[in-house]
This record gives sequence, C-alpha cells and structure tokens, in this order.
Amino acid sequence: MKLPKTVAPDRFAIDDLIDDEATRIVVCCGSGGVGKTTTAAALGLRAAERGRRVCVLTIDPARRLAQSIGLDELDNTPREIDRIESANGGALFAMMLDMKRTFDEIVEQHADPERAQQILVNPFYQSLSSSFAGTQEYMAMEKLGQLHREADAEGRWDLVVVDTPPSRSALDFLDAPQRLGSFLDGRLIRLLTAPARAGGRAYMKVIGMGFSIVASALTKILGGQLLGDLQTLVASLDSVFGGFRERAEQTYSLLQAEGTAFVVVAAPEADALREASYFVERLQQDAMPLAGLVVNRVHRTEAPDLTPDRAAGAAEDLDEHGEHALTAALLRLHADTMRVRERELRLMSRFTGAHPQVRVAVAPALPGDVHDLPGLRLVGSALAGEQPERSAGPPRRRG
Amino acid sequence: MANPFAGVRLHVVTGKGGTGKTTTAAALALSLASGGRRVLLLEVEGRQGIAQLFDVPPLPYEERKVAVGIDGGDVHALAIDPEDALYEYLDMYYRLGRAGKALRRAGVVEFATTIAPGVRDVLLTGKAFEAVRRKEGPSHVYDAVVLDAPPTGRITRFLNVNSEVAGLAKVGPIRRQADNIMGLLRSPATAVHLVTLLEEMPTQETIDGVGGLRATGLPVGGVVVNMVREPLLGSAALAAAGKGTLDRSEVESGVAAAGLGGHAGVVDALLAEASDHAERVRLQKAERRRLRSLERPMLELPWLADGVDLSGLYDLAGVLRGQGVA
Repeated sequence: MKLPKTVAPDRFAIDDLIDDEATRIVVCCGSGGVGKTTTAAALGLRAAERGRRVCVLTIDPARRLAQSIGLDELDNTPREIDRIESANGGALFAMMLDMKRTFDEIVEQHADPERAQQILVNPFYQSLSSSFAGTQEYMAMEKLGQLHREADAEGRWDLVVVDTPPSRSALDFLDAPQRLGSFLDGRLIRLLTAPARAGGRAYMKVIGMGFSIVASALTKILGGQLLGDLQTLVASLDSVFGGFRERAEQTYSLLQAEGTAFVVVAAPEADALREASYFVERLQQDAMPLAGLVVNRVHRTEAPDLTPDRAAGAAEDLDEHGEHALTAALLRLHADTMRVRERELRLMSRFTGAHPQVRVAVAPALPGDVHDLPGLRLVGSALAGEQPERSAGPPRRRG
Repeated sequence: MANPFAGVRLHVVTGKGGTGKTTTAAALALSLASGGRRVLLLEVEGRQGIAQLFDVPPLPYEERKVAVGIDGGDVHALAIDPEDALYEYLDMYYRLGRAGKALRRAGVVEFATTIAPGVRDVLLTGKAFEAVRRKEGPSHVYDAVVLDAPPTGRITRFLNVNSEVAGLAKVGPIRRQADNIMGLLRSPATAVHLVTLLEEMPTQETIDGVGGLRATGLPVGGVVVNMVREPLLGSAALAAAGKGTLDRSEVESGVAAAGLGGHAGVVDALLAEASDHAERVRLQKAERRRLRSLERPMLELPWLADGVDLSGLYDLAGVLRGQGVA
C-alpha cells in the first residue's frame, strides 16, 4: 500500500500582510489554548518593528497579553509599549478589553445623564455587563470598531490586531451583531419595552392580542418582579441598543471590507485543526477575507531525515553492544520527537488536503512559554519563515 | 488507594483549552462507572466532542448509553441543547401548553437561548442539577454525573450564574430554582476538577481558577495533570544537557558506532533536542511544585503517543482508577 502523499500548502507570508499599508485590521481567531493571544501579540510586535503603528486588542480575561509583553496592567485604554526596536517610526500600543467599562461607556454616550444613571445602577444591568457570558462578544465588536475609528480620527495607530473572545465557539464573535439585530427587530422587544405595568387595555393596544398569552406566560415563569425589572432595563436601554447595533453592523461590514484580514490560529492537534477547518469554511461563507492559517507549537528537529524507526533501531543496536548509553538515549529522544512531529505534519496535511487554497505559517514548539518581547520576536520571525536562531544554551529564566 | 472524591455525585471538569478537558471527563466517567455503576456524562459546549471520543454518531438531546465501564457499569451521555432544555424545564414546572408555542413565536426562546447573555448558562446548569437529583423509586437514576464544563477562564462565571439570578429574582419559582442549584453546586456532593498540563500558562490558569472557585465558595476537587511524559534521559544526562555540557565527542563516536555518521548534522540535532528536553523537564518540575501548593488531590494521566482513541480512553480510565477514583 502506498502512503498518502504529504500535501504541502503554500507558505503564508505574514510580512507581506503586515507590511501592506492597506491592511488595517487583523483578526486572530481559533479555538481555546492554541496561542491566539501570543500570535496576535507577535504579529503586532513584528508589524511595529517593521514600521507600522499598531494597536493590539486582547479580549481574554486572563492577563496573558500583559504577561507576554511585560506590561503590568492592561485596562480599557491602549498603552504604548516603549521597549520595542523600531527604527522607522513604528509604534506598539496594547489594551485589554474591559467588558463592563466598555458597556458603561456606551450607556453614558447614548443616554442622557439621568437615564444613564438609572441604567448603571439597575441590578439587571450590573449582572449583564459584568457577570453574564455572551456580553463579551458584543463588547469586543464594539471596541474593535472604536479602535478602528480612532485610527482614522487620531492617527496614533493605523493597524489594529485583535484576538477573539474565548467563546464556546470561535464563531460567536461573528454572530453577535446579527443576533442583536434580530432581537431588536423582533416582537419580543416590543413586549419588553411596552409600559411595564400598564396592564389592561393600554398594554393590549401596544402589544396586540397574541401577546397577552406570551405576557402572562412570561409573568408566570419569571414572576412579576423579575419581568418588571427586565422590562424597566430594556425600556431604558432601548435608545442605547439602537446606536450600539448600528455600529455593530458597521463593524461587521468592516470585517468584510478590504483592509481586514483574518488569521486562523491552530495547534497541530486534531481538535484545534478541526475547529480551524470550521472557521475557514465559515469565513468563506460570510465572504470574510482569510489571510492564512497559523499553526503554533509544531515540533521541530534539525535532523528531519533521521527517521524515528532508524533512530530507534540504532539505539537498540547500541544497547545490545552495551556501549554509548548516552547516544542511545539521545536517539530514543529523537525518535520520540520525530513521531510527534510526523503525527503533527499528518494532521496539518489533512487540513491542507481539505483546504488547499489556505496558506500556512508555522511557529515551532518552544520548551517554555513566551512571556517577553524577545520571545514574541522569535515567534514573529519564525512565522515569517526566517530560521529561528537557536540560542547557545537553554533559555534561562530571570530570577 | 483511598477514593479522594468519595461522596461526590456531580463531577465538574474544567481546564484551559487544549489541555484535554473532554478526554479527562470521559475517562473519569468510565472510571466512575467501574464495578457496575451508572454514570451520565454531560456536554454543554455544543462541540459533540464526546461522540467523537466514543466513536458514536452525534448525540441528540437524549441520554444514550455510549460505553460500558471497566468491570461492568454504564456510561450514558447527553449533549445538552439549551433550547430543548428550556422546553423541558417549562414542561416540567409550568405545563404551558399552547403558551409555550406562543413564546417561541414571539422570539422568547431564541432570545433566551442565544441572544440574552447568561440565560444559556442557567439552562445548562439547571439540566445538570436535574440529572443529579433525578430519582427512580427511592434511588438516584445516576450514581454520578460528570459535566464536561466550559474552560477554566469561564468556569466560575458559569457555575455561579444562578447566584446572580438569585440576586435578581427576589421571590418566586426562578429564585427557588436558582437557590436549589447553588445549594447543590456549593455542597460536598459537587467537586470541580481542573485539568492542566505541566506548562506555564495552563498552570497559571489553574491556580487562578482555583482562586476564583474558592472565592465564590465552589468546591474545588482535584487537579488532573494531563499528558505527563516521563523524562527520556537519566538525571545526570539531564543536568548536563541543561547546562549545555553533554560530552560532544562521546555523542560523535556513539553516532559513528551506530552507523549514522553519514547523516549530516545529527550530532548537533541530538544535542539541541536534549537541551530542549532538559528545559522542558525542568519547567515541568517547577509547574508540578506550583500545582502541589494548591493542596488538592493531584491525579496524573500519561501522554499517549498516538493520540486518544477508544482504547486509549479505557487506559486513561484505568489509570484514574489506579489512583483511587472509582
């Protein structure tokens, strides 16, 4: 039986993408734990050091980006990172999404002060803006739009690199504006914004007959108090929703526009690549511009021609002769690394077989995590296809 | 070995993405089923990861037997769909009949299950609660329920959603339901297990996750260290590789003796791989120390070279059982 031929993808040239001034937004998406944040930070840093003015937005609640670029704190305002090496006018800003503050700001912008105050102290609003899963997707879309508009208005940066929320599904981010839109166009919002306790005829007039069943069912399920509180909030948020939705839709169409590039991030594992596949298909379906796939943490070796079987066999021979125990151990280690690598390449090849048009960039598996600028620089240069320099000894951690 | 989780009926399994959360949940369910028990494995993220692991068709909203445990016992599985869970809940408590259809037409169901933040989590935790408490006659239908939960970064928010709800609904059926669910989740009958790797970020997230759970009064179960790989070099060689002082000429003559002298760059490659390996082993030791400081039972699962298939899953279940989980 012949082994299936390895399908080699075209190389995803990240420098062409980030050097192109027409590129204004880069969205890094993929399943959890594949290194989205690191990839976003590495692309951002590389772009800045090649002369772009970049703002990196991270959504992740874990303070990973802060850790990896050595900032102690990231809040809802972009902070400039001054330790980058850029000779030609590049700059790097970074910020982490503060979901509650972003929501508060929208409220303050779109409601008069008195009403804004009412909303901000509403207990429903407080849960909604800080504790409920799902809000993040809406706010991420809002913030991305804001940063992009700021780029035009103030010119502090001309490229926004964003990683996507750690959602149940990587697709949630894309669905946020549409879901909000269908809610706002739906009949439910009319029910919820009708005078909460008007009751009787006035209520029926606003709502229409069919809704009385719904209203009484809702009262039965939620109880009068909960429904009333919810209605009060939705009614006062009404004006806010409108403006917010309009911008969410603008941001959504911005994502389809020229100047936006999606980078799908994966690890060389079956689950992550399957998710990447779904995402690629979804992007195509939505006519979103896909720039390429980044596969992080691929095992590498400097002796790819020494197959695992050959190495393991050689180790056995040495053992049989009872000599060169160290070399035998190193050969077994190599065989092990090669097996991992072959499995990874097989999985990647399967992805490319299904999506031959998707270009691929690869970052190597490093012994430790990336948590500083030199580490990010290394990831960036590996992604760009430059041979990563091997340090003389093992990397040393500070302290 | 003593069972570290005796008395636990709801096992919540969380972990950073990529650490093998679903695999661990499935192996845990298999090991809990051993000796003739009945276990329900719940999935909430809509990925159909359980079906893929057990090599069965995608799971509908229906509890199905997916595997037998070691020495008998059954593992059933259910992928919870929020919409179906909502209908089921309404049926169970309200008998809405025609009004239920009206709710759907008015967009209430869609709003609740996909648009409104938070409601999803209420429905998902509510279904887990129902499964844990369900009885047939005097005894529980399931001896244990294993919940393949959202990842560590979202776990506290997910499990605590009912306490938010309880804060909003002052009285009424919703309030009672929320209080009951929180009662179970905060009781010794629940254990939240965190899956991690011996790497920096998963470890950090585990430590942060444990902190978050403890702060909200949710019971932390065990820390499951997944994909543990034994060092392939002896301690002397590891130390030398770490310092970059491996005997190069010895490796050169070893490579020649093995008949690999013709391969260019082999010696450099082997030394470099040894150095990476030593660094990994060193970091793993450090991460293991940090995880121990959490003072929770630590379980370890080996790395499986060929990935996890069904037989690998049983191997992992056996390993958990060997560490007292049954």
